[in-house]
Parts: sequence; structure tokens; C-alpha cells
Amino acid sequence: MAMQANADFKTKLQIWLPKLVLSPSVALMVVFVYGFIIFSVYLSFTDSRLLPSYGWVGLENYSKLWRLSHWETSITNMGIFAFLYIGICTVLGLSLAIFLDQKIRAEGVLRTIYLYPMALSFIVTGTAWKWFLDPGIGLENVMQSWGWTSFEFDWIKNSDFAIYTVVLAAVWQTSGFVMAMFLAGLRGIDNEILKAAQMDGASNWNLYRRIIIPQLRPAFLSAFVILSHLAIKTFDLVIALTGGGPGRATELPATFMYSYTFSRNQMGIGAASATIMLMTIAAIMIPYLYAELREKK
Amino acid sequence: MSVATQDTAIRTGRVVRTLIYLVLLLFALFYMLPLYVMVVNSVKPLDEITGGGMMNLPQVWTFEPWLKAWSSAQIGVEPTGLSPYFWNSIKMVVPAVAISTVLGALNGYVLTKWRFKYDTILFGLMLFACFIPFQIVLIPMARMLGLMGMAGSTSGLVLVHVVYGIGFTTLYFRNYYAVFPTELVRAAQIDGAGFFQIFWRILLPSSGPIAVVSIIWQFTNIWNDFLFGASFAGADSQPMTVALNNLVQASHGVKEYNVHFAGAILAALPTLLVYIVAGRYFVRGLMAGSVKG
Repeated sequence: MAMQANADFKTKLQIWLPKLVLSPSVALMVVFVYGFIIFSVYLSFTDSRLLPSYGWVGLENYSKLWRLSHWETSITNMGIFAFLYIGICTVLGLSLAIFLDQKIRAEGVLRTIYLYPMALSFIVTGTAWKWFLDPGIGLENVMQSWGWTSFEFDWIKNSDFAIYTVVLAAVWQTSGFVMAMFLAGLRGIDNEILKAAQMDGASNWNLYRRIIIPQLRPAFLSAFVILSHLAIKTFDLVIALTGGGPGRATELPATFMYSYTFSRNQMGIGAASATIMLMTIAAIMIPYLYAELREKK
Repeated sequence: MSVATQDTAIRTGRVVRTLIYLVLLLFALFYMLPLYVMVVNSVKPLDEITGGGMMNLPQVWTFEPWLKAWSSAQIGVEPTGLSPYFWNSIKMVVPAVAISTVLGALNGYVLTKWRFKYDTILFGLMLFACFIPFQIVLIPMARMLGLMGMAGSTSGLVLVHVVYGIGFTTLYFRNYYAVFPTELVRAAQIDGAGFFQIFWRILLPSSGPIAVVSIIWQFTNIWNDFLFGASFAGADSQPMTVALNNLVQASHGVKEYNVHFAGAILAALPTLLVYIVAGRYFVRGLMAGSVKG
């Protein structure tokens, strides 16, 4: 009798064990991800300033937010940055991948060189480019000391151009990774189709335009999703490279949220800006994840 | 990347090939440029940099900047150099990587071999958590760490990194175990093996490649994190990235560019070493895990 109860318990345990093992992770996720998201979104409708407070103010934080020129700058910069960053990384990554796919000698070495920036912290990347682009000691100074005395390059100190230096450093960091994604896609294409098209007299240009590039659709999609979510999350690079300046010239939503929440004590507005960031990423990620997970079933 | 080179159908002429090599080399220079600038300027005296010699090899070689960056540079208020922060990062990274990888392996095992209703939705929710902008959790996380008495501590940072790393580690192990033959698991079950026995004896021995992927990924992400370190670390738990930023952004005194460059290399070395030593296992493991072509 006792033995049977024991055996019963054991089978029951075996049935429940998998869920039991999964439960700590699920609990962490429910509290620290989705619970926190709800809390932050809720705060964005309250009068929180230095500390969370629970006085309901409706959409006031959002309407204040959209009237702030500081936020407008961040959003405009985000538009410029995301457009150029995603565009350049994709074009550069695809081109380098196509070039590397031509039976290149020392391909392994080149790949390693293109990819290593991905291993670095954005703070390291930011530091290196900050001083390289600095007119006082970097490129401008070097060119002038080499005899090109009229050479000027002060983008990083110029509020009209500083955002492009952020693009440059970010492209440097991630384009190699995009190249790797496209290269993996290229290596997966069936050569027989290409050979058949070649027999029909198709030129290299047409092979790429009509057959190869259309087949890279999944790689384009993954690259877009990864790059756009990286773009929206860009924070450390700006902090290290320009500190958001000169003035506010390189502020992005992530740096805006940080300074409004932690140094300006406008937690309600900070939470509202974080909510907008989340919504933007969700609009891209949810359809993508939905399609991916459904496919895998 | 160790994708097998295969016979490409594309044929190119000599001129085009030369051009391609030229472009590839040009970009290799572009990617090497910041590393060159950092290395070369970390071993030269300050006046050679400020005098317009940033691109030149040092005339006088010195390792003073490295020593200073490591042990005596002013970080915040203390002239401690980066070394205490380096150890802070190690103390944070090692447990966080270990815990998140173990949890990811167990989750992946359950989600592929012990499937239940709605497991895909659960996994989708975990996966989405990887991509959220962390700004959305900063405020409640600060409160929560305070409530748990972990504010400003290394264990608090470990918790944060485990929580937001589980999604990725689960993803890796899930994809890897998905192609592992389920018949073996069922056969072992019939032989009376339990949940943990099956994991320990059957799945774990062949999990090497994906464990490498998970460890490298987590190590790189956590070591390089700045946002969580800057938001939640206390004076004696600040990680390397935050300390490096404090060193470089310090507004007082002479800007010692050579020390900044040496410090940047020190902050980059661990992940760079991992990439050089184990990078190829990373891609190999990733390929082994992906079922989709």
C-alpha cells in the first residue's frame, strides 16, 4: 500500500517535473519582463517625477513629450540614424558577402577581420572613433601635419553632422555581422539553377539580380529585424562617442529616456518615451516571431 | 564563420577579380583602422599623439599608459586604475553566464522533449523578452533590486543579466535539441530512465557545441553591457565598461589619450580573445543548431 502510494507519487512527479523545471524561468519572465512592462506603461500615465507616484494623469505625459523639442530632436535623429544605419549595413554587408563568395584567397582571414568589431563593447568602439574623429588630435590634425593644411573634418564637433559620425561608428561595428548573414545565405543557394541559367546565356549581373538576390529574402528579413532593433536600442555608442552632443545634436530616444528619468527627475515622461520605444520594437518583432515560430511547427 | 567553400558557378574576369580584391582589402583596412589607432597610440608618449602623430608608429615606445590604465589612472574619484573594475566584471560575468546557460539548457530540453500545450506561445514570450528595449524595465528593476536588498551589488547585476539572458540561451538550446532524435529519449523512458537521467546521460553529452555558443554569446553580451552597469551598479560593483567610460569622459585635468586607448584595449581584450580563440566554434555550433537551410 505504502509502496504503491510512493510509486504513484513518483509517476506524478515525473509528469510534473518538466513543468517544475521550467517554472523558475517562467516566473522570472512573468515578473521581470511582462510585469515590469506593465508597471512602466502604467507609470507613463502617472505624475511620477523623482520617484514612482500613482496620481493618474491620463495622456498628459505623452502630449508633453511630443511638445518637447528635445524629444523631437531624438526622433528626427532616430529617423536619420536608423535609415542610414540599416541601409548602409545592408548594402555593404551584401556587397562584401558577394565579393567574398568569389573563391577569394585568404577568405578566412578577411572574414575574421570584418567580424571582430562585433565582439567589442560599444564603449570601446565609441572611444576609438571619438579620438580618431576628434579634430584636435585625430584625422584632421594628422592630415594637416602631413602637409594638407586646408584639410578640415570636424563632423563630431558640428551639430549638423555629428549624427553621421554615430552612423559611421555603428556601421563599422555591425556591417561585418550582416556580411556573415548574407554569406551564409549565399552558400545555401543551389548551384545547379545558376549553371542552367548560365547555359542560357545569363550575365553575372542578371544572375545576381534575377536569381541569387531574390533567393536571399530570408537573410534580408533577418538582417532588417536585427538591425532595426539594434538601432532603436542604440545607447552606449552615443554615450561614449558624443555624449549626446554637441548640445543635443546626437540625442536618441534611448539617451532621452535615460536623462529624463535619472537626471531630470521626469520619470513619467521617461516612462512614456520608453513605452514608445517598446511599441516600435514590438511592431517589428511580433510579426517576425509569429511567422518564425509558426513555420517551425 | 566556417561555411564550407563550394564551387561557385559565377565566373569573373581578371580585371573584375583585381577590383574585387582591391575593394575587399580596402574594407579590411577600414575595419582594422580603429584597432590600429588604439594599439599604436597606447604605446607612445602623449606629446606624440597631440603633435599630429596619431597614425604614426611610436618614436619612443612606452608601456607606461598600459600600467597607468591598469593600476593608477583616476576613475571617478579614486586613482585606482581599471583593475578593480576588471575584477568586478569577472565576478559578474562568470556566475551570470553559468546560471543562464544551465537554465537555458534545461528550458530547451523541456520545450523540445516534454512538449505541452501552449509551449510555443511560452517560448515566443521568452524570445520577445530578448528584444525589448531595456529602458522599459529600468525603473521597476531599480525599485525591485532595492526591495530585494540587492541595489548596487554584483549579485543584483548577476540577477539582471540572468533574467534578460535566459531568452537567448533557451533559444539556442531549443533549436539544437529540436533536431536531436526524440526516439532516443522515448526509448530511454521505456527503459525506466527519469527526467534528469535522460538529460544527464543522453542530451548533455552531445550538448558541447551549443553550450559553447551559449557561453560565448552570454559572455560577450554581459561583458560588453553598459546600460545595466551604469543604472544599477554601486561604487564597488561597477563593471569595466562603466569605468572605461568614466575614464574617457573625465572632464578634469589633461586628457591622456594614450591611457584611454590602453584602457579601451583592456576592456576589449577578454571578448576579443574569446572571439579569436573560439569564434569558429561559435559559428559551427550555430550552424549545427539551425534546422532551417
